[in-house]
Amino acid sequence: MAQSTTGEETRVREVGVLRRWLTRPELAAVAGAILVFAFFAVVAGDSGFLTGGGTATYLEVAAQLGIVAVPVSMLMIAGEFDLSVGSMVGAAGMIIAIAVSQYGWPLWAAVLLSFLVALGVGFFNGYVVIKTGLPSFIVTLGMLFALRGLTIGFARLLTARTQIGLGDAGSGSLLTSIFAGSIGVFSASIIWWLVLALLGTWVLQRMVFGNWIFGVGGDAIAARNVGVPVNRVKIALFMCTALSAALLAAIQVLDAGSADVLRGELVELQAIAAAVIGGVLLTGGYGSVIGALFGALIFGMVQQGIFFTGVSTDWFQVFVGVMLLVAVLFNNIIRKRASEAR
Amino acid sequence: MTNDTPLLEARGISKYFGHVVALEDISMDVRPGEVMCLLGDNGAGKSTLIKTFSGVHQPTEGTLLIDGEEVLLNSPRDAIDRGIATVYQDLAMIPLSGISRNFFLGREPTKGVGPFKRFDVAKADQVTREELKKIGIELRDTSQPVSTLSGGERQSVAIARAVHFGAKVLILDEPTSALGVKQAAIVLRYIAHAKEQGLGIIFISHNVYHAYPIGDRFTVLERGRSIGTFEKDEISIEELERQMAGGAELEELNAELQGSRPSGSEGSANGKSD
Repeated sequence: MAQSTTGEETRVREVGVLRRWLTRPELAAVAGAILVFAFFAVVAGDSGFLTGGGTATYLEVAAQLGIVAVPVSMLMIAGEFDLSVGSMVGAAGMIIAIAVSQYGWPLWAAVLLSFLVALGVGFFNGYVVIKTGLPSFIVTLGMLFALRGLTIGFARLLTARTQIGLGDAGSGSLLTSIFAGSIGVFSASIIWWLVLALLGTWVLQRMVFGNWIFGVGGDAIAARNVGVPVNRVKIALFMCTALSAALLAAIQVLDAGSADVLRGELVELQAIAAAVIGGVLLTGGYGSVIGALFGALIFGMVQQGIFFTGVSTDWFQVFVGVMLLVAVLFNNIIRKRASEAR
Repeated sequence: MTNDTPLLEARGISKYFGHVVALEDISMDVRPGEVMCLLGDNGAGKSTLIKTFSGVHQPTEGTLLIDGEEVLLNSPRDAIDRGIATVYQDLAMIPLSGISRNFFLGREPTKGVGPFKRFDVAKADQVTREELKKIGIELRDTSQPVSTLSGGERQSVAIARAVHFGAKVLILDEPTSALGVKQAAIVLRYIAHAKEQGLGIIFISHNVYHAYPIGDRFTVLERGRSIGTFEKDEISIEELERQMAGGAELEELNAELQGSRPSGSEGSANGKSD
């Protein structure tokens, strides 16, 4: 009798593990990344996609998007959007460049200023969303235009230019190696990306704050009723997305040695796409950072992979669009199974 | 089983939203080991009243007493900290989140210190499993989404959560109205269990047939006012239903529907009585 019970429990556990695997939110993104990799390995394997250098280029593209996609996916799990991250990248980059080249600030102070401004913008976004009750889609869409306009306006006002070089302020400094250095052929941004993704996963899966994020996104009223500080969670996440945009700006400015008011355009939508491919539910309450990491990886592989195939990179966006649609359909099936299966 | 000091008492509670009178001079109480039923039709003010008990709303007039002590509940957190737990109709659960994560949402156990302080998932899983076993729900996997549970099980989990976190008063908002007979039985059995443990239970319903078997006393609300409070042994289920529907009105409706046999003056007399 006891034996048969044990046997049954073992069987249940095995089924449980398999079921858990097949109902993970990031399943589609992981499978998609493997498929995309296999595709380009076959089609463009001879022309450099598989070399260290080829790997480094697509990882860097993925990393630059992924750095923003990690906090964006967490904000989306909490049920909100941030469409202003792209404009924040442009604004933060210009703050660094103007402070250094126009006002002679030391680089570290300029970077610190851009981070503080980003935190302020993030706080403002969150505060307005909470105080007005407007959808964050609208609030941050407003910020997308306003921030870009402010960046262009102030850049012209202060420097009469829309592109500003850093001169030699960045060369050889420690900050440059931290943000834009490289280990072999791999750029520092890849490390930032992976560290942020690990950190984000830790927060979501193992920290109390992570449980609150799921609660806030799943049902904000229910979460508030059991004592979760909903407003604080949301504002903190808006500050994280804006800060990640400033981090990306610092990486780009120090890597390129210059800033441009138009930097970061469409990053907000690409980050949302990466998150959604990664299994984040558009209405919140469900998803994972690992999924967003793989979503960004798919972006990088497709963008650079097409380059390696020799086909015009104009076709990149077609591929991304189709990929997005297929991934979302697949994710819907997984989620349905997860919420119904017993 | 009951003692003299009510766990929760409302004295002359009124709540106005602008010009709208949601509650007018409501007094009621609940004692340990008692199921107090709050009855009323839609729009009678049941929801507003329990939101006042649970700290969502603050009364415009009147006072709340917990253990005989006057209190001001500024937030749901305040109410929870004082042992007033509310299980809402929509359950306050996150459907796509795991059962143990839901169980501990807002009250997560932690381990470690400083930056390494973290959600103790293993402990959460273990406690959830034990608590649910007590109420007869055997889980294969505590991380499975709440949406995989049946309605009755979800309701029981929500109640078990409140009890686990030291609730003295349980406010249950329509706990059985969305459930089938079997599922409702699971919940009612669990409410009886909580009552035996000495909790005070406020059971909100618009359905007398769900409330009567489990209730000890009944307070009937109508359009924001209290029609009266009745002990179970002084009122029959039919009479209670008549009170809820406005007594005489129901009599008239009955007569109309039957086409003849106008009811005697007995019904309207009862309707006016307290």
